[in-house]
Amino acid sequence: MSRNEKPVLQVKNLFVRYGEGCPECATHLEKNRCTVCGTVWAANDISLEVFPGEVLGIVGESGSGKSTLMQSLYFDIEPTSGQAYLNGYKDGEADIWQVSAAEKRDIKNNVMGMVYQNPIRGLRMNYSAASNIAEKIIAAGSRNAGQMTARAEELLQAVEILTSRMGEAPKNFSGGMQQRVQISKALANNPSILLLDEVTTGLDLSVQAKVLDLIRKIKNQYGISILLVSHDLAVIRMLADRTIVMLDGKIIESGLTDQILEDPQHAYTQQLVHSLL
Amino acid sequence: MSNGRNREYNYAFLDESSKREIRRSVLKAVAIPGYQVPFGSRELPIGRGWGTGGIQLTLSLIGPEDTLKVIDQGSDESVNAVNIKKFVGICTDVETTTDTRKATIIQTRHRIPEIKLRNDQILVLQVPIPEPLRIVEPKEEVTRKMHAEKDYAPIWLQLYESIIKYGKVTIPTEYPCMVEDRYVMSPSPIPKFDNPKLHDADCLYLFGAGREKKIYAIPPHTKVVSLAFEDVPFEKESFKGKKCRICGSTDTYLDEMFDSVTGEKFYQCSDTSYCKEQCKR
Repeated sequence: MSRNEKPVLQVKNLFVRYGEGCPECATHLEKNRCTVCGTVWAANDISLEVFPGEVLGIVGESGSGKSTLMQSLYFDIEPTSGQAYLNGYKDGEADIWQVSAAEKRDIKNNVMGMVYQNPIRGLRMNYSAASNIAEKIIAAGSRNAGQMTARAEELLQAVEILTSRMGEAPKNFSGGMQQRVQISKALANNPSILLLDEVTTGLDLSVQAKVLDLIRKIKNQYGISILLVSHDLAVIRMLADRTIVMLDGKIIESGLTDQILEDPQHAYTQQLVHSLL
Repeated sequence: MSNGRNREYNYAFLDESSKREIRRSVLKAVAIPGYQVPFGSRELPIGRGWGTGGIQLTLSLIGPEDTLKVIDQGSDESVNAVNIKKFVGICTDVETTTDTRKATIIQTRHRIPEIKLRNDQILVLQVPIPEPLRIVEPKEEVTRKMHAEKDYAPIWLQLYESIIKYGKVTIPTEYPCMVEDRYVMSPSPIPKFDNPKLHDADCLYLFGAGREKKIYAIPPHTKVVSLAFEDVPFEKESFKGKKCRICGSTDTYLDEMFDSVTGEKFYQCSDTSYCKEQCKR
């Protein structure tokens, strides 16, 4: 990781609102909800950078805007305003939120990989594990079935799933295995950045540990940049180089993970760290 | 042979403006090969899903000079084919035939005749599900968007899943094809044996889906390629070592049948008109 290099991902002034909004929104926000029109500002002026090989952790309570940020980046929801640049797409010169639908699909398939909290969102549960991985490769334009199968085998091995089970549908897999298939799918086209949205939530502790080990291994092996969202500080402590703390749609604190955990400045972060200890 | 026209019906049953509207949709479909053109599907004295799309196309195109042939899974004598012929006969005065060569309009359900069709012939296919992406995406608004953006990854995934599970593509009918490198199209439930006949044909292929209210077309000499991976080529059904027990043909699409008395399995040409012709020779 080097902060002298061009960031892999840059987000500038992201706003996402759920509701129509009104002129009073700017001055009448209670938490992130406008008391006049009821609009919720799920992301309220978010700016961040992720550098090559870096794991940037985003931590915050439920409703703080973490998933909204991730879903905006993966084009699942349309931001109200803001810009985002990916170094892997047009050398970071084009705002990815302003490009055509076909280009967005191209970015999703070639430049980014996403792992959702709920595997149902990221996987086709009735298709085989191999097909789930191949879906990304097909979408990127490959029409060679043999190459796709070889790549699926390689990735399933990397996430420690027996290749003999590649023909089975993820609906028959455990939660941890489903997450690992999601991770291998996200890595299918060697993306420059991986978006991990609460990947360990809902898994039991031993499975959580396996998935976290796997993410650490992937980071070391592929040198990939990761944007990691979690409400669990232990996960952030284990994986993140830098951490951003979000509350009510805003970034309230950011810095090196050790610094955030050992010397939190904001009262909410202090409370969060205190509850961890 | 004409059945004698009942003049209480308008010529070809549909009113003139309906026929004009359907012909306008046909023109659009011909102009954009493989694109599904929505049209106002009319009520007919036949239940939706029983060939109403094909009948509407036939009725809106047919004229006194035409000769009509109707086949159902290759057979001229099936109930569906005979009744459609009767219906068209009642409301027009056109000749009907079982001879593929004599026909100018051939309405068919699930087969393309074995004889190569000419440039003065139109093949009208009845289509139950015109949308090739329906199997992977239930929402019409989404499939329309997918066509617009040429996003056909899910249909390729369907083929790949078949290879992973069975080692080969096992889709027997409605095998998707790419038309002029632009639209993925369902060729209606014809066996994939017939898919190659769609490519660079002399005749006009029209597809009508009455229940789904869609018309699409493959004009003459259009590029139609059945989807296949680079290393897993498209393969049509093979009847190697088998022949028709009536005419002895070995290069036609054969129906597999059982003798109910002896339990013996035998094969017979699906295209009955072709089979009879071969026997006469």
